[in-house]
Amino acid sequence: MNIAVLIKQTPDTAELPKISVEEARSGELRATMVLNPWDEFAVEEAIDLSDRFGCQTTAVSMGRADETDALKHALAMGVENALLVDDEVASGGDEWAAADALAAAVMKVGEERDVELVLAGKMSVDGNSGVIFAGVACKLGWDLLVNVTRIVDIADGKLIAEQAFEGGQETVEVPLPVVISVAKEINEPRYPSFMGIRKASRASIPVLGSADLQVAASCTAQWTDLEKPEVEQVQVRIIEGDSVEEKAARLADALMAEKVI
Amino acid sequence: MTILVWIEQNDGQAVTNCWELLAKARALGQELDTEVAALLIGSDVEEAAQQAFAYGAGRVLAATDSSLARFRLQPFVQIAEQAVERTGAVAFLANASIRGGVLAATVACRQNAGIAANATDLWVKDGKLAAARAIYSGNIRARIQFESPLAVASVRPRSFPMPEPTERTGTVETLGATLNEDDIHQKITDFRAAEAGEISLTDAHVIVSGGRGVAADPQKGFELVGELAQTLGAALGASRAAVDAGYIPYKHQVGQTGKTVRPDLYIACGISGAIQHLAGMGNSKIIVAVNKDPNAPIFERAKYGIVDDLFTTVPALTAAFSKRLK
Repeated sequence: MNIAVLIKQTPDTAELPKISVEEARSGELRATMVLNPWDEFAVEEAIDLSDRFGCQTTAVSMGRADETDALKHALAMGVENALLVDDEVASGGDEWAAADALAAAVMKVGEERDVELVLAGKMSVDGNSGVIFAGVACKLGWDLLVNVTRIVDIADGKLIAEQAFEGGQETVEVPLPVVISVAKEINEPRYPSFMGIRKASRASIPVLGSADLQVAASCTAQWTDLEKPEVEQVQVRIIEGDSVEEKAARLADALMAEKVI
Repeated sequence: MTILVWIEQNDGQAVTNCWELLAKARALGQELDTEVAALLIGSDVEEAAQQAFAYGAGRVLAATDSSLARFRLQPFVQIAEQAVERTGAVAFLANASIRGGVLAATVACRQNAGIAANATDLWVKDGKLAAARAIYSGNIRARIQFESPLAVASVRPRSFPMPEPTERTGTVETLGATLNEDDIHQKITDFRAAEAGEISLTDAHVIVSGGRGVAADPQKGFELVGELAQTLGAALGASRAAVDAGYIPYKHQVGQTGKTVRPDLYIACGISGAIQHLAGMGNSKIIVAVNKDPNAPIFERAKYGIVDDLFTTVPALTAAFSKRLK
């Protein structure tokens, strides 16, 4: 059993507020690009599972042909192989075209080493949809577990995991192959080691393009009218008073008058 | 033509955010001249089905089977697709919870339909449904124009006002042909419900959060913040700094790498207001900041502020509200 981990290269979260409508529309971002923070948990889990169960790990990312920093970060953390899907294969397409391309890439990885587990993060900090892994499961025809907080065991062709949702926590058993999106609680991502960074910097990462992958065109929805949300300009009213009790009483009165309590 | 709304349930109880969505669907349905149907999937749907009529569904479709007692994607998708086909749905809407999000995504992918994931608004434009959602973690807003016959959306909780129930009732239509337990791949072997009485952050009207400001005595600090929350019937939140420092579990985290919330009132105690935190709560109706540092960025987004120590201010607020809410 081997693992493919889906990752995305996204803007550094501290730079997200600076992204302009023009940048978002064209995809030409000036921001520092990093491994999507939610995907770090998926990469860490892949490495951890390879230690526990002796499987091989491959990070798969879709992006421009030169967008390899996130993949190199995954390699530096300890993933064994990396593969870039040139996003021209799904150009102009929607989430399902992207999912189809990633599923096709997973199958390609599977031709060399039997992949039975795909790991993904909760969502990307740029697209914010959290649907790509669902599309990949759909395209592969595999089962899907989401918001997994712990992988308990993998044995006899089955995987046992704990998953959280708003009302509680469940333990689920599912036959392989399976796609899993991981939650933040699952682990603590490691920092790449110095040796890892050196090794990753020398790695040459294979790129798959439209000659390698058959991707069904899909355009079921379009993003239109991008805009910066107007931040309501509020002038803060600092509540003054001679004592904290007085300040608290005045604030409580103001909030009661706002009818929000 | 139908707008189909999935009503999520936890142990037979409908998730109340779904009524907001159902009422919105009813308004959209009037504009589009389409009926609105509620879909219930579970082992115990009777009460929620009648509530669905009361909250605005013209039709209620239900699949009931012991194998549907807990959410599992495979049988739930099979039934949702059955309902989409049976009603000739032009839209399939779900609450953007963990389960609603994955159900909507899977139905959309299988039906080759466009999806507006984590939508914050829905409206009719040129006789078709359109949606708004945030991208770049709330820093850009996009409109979604659907190009497929079926439009799918998972909608953020508290995007629309909570409706008042009516006296309407109706007859539930049964959806048949559920999968046999033997054909369902996933087996749930254990289940632990969240702590009783705990108010979920995404549903809360009022949230009281604590941050690094509690550092002098984290345990005492969160005890005080928790008491204020309890007095206000509010959910308890926290900043990433407080979670990373181990003061409080991750499930309370609000912000970019935590939960996105939009309560009527958000009281930030000892939270400086890093952009990652603001990304998760900036859309709250009224923000109140309690912070010792008058230059904390949170004051730029707050409507009310108290510049003082939270260890004295928060208990004073608890006392002030206790008196007024008696």
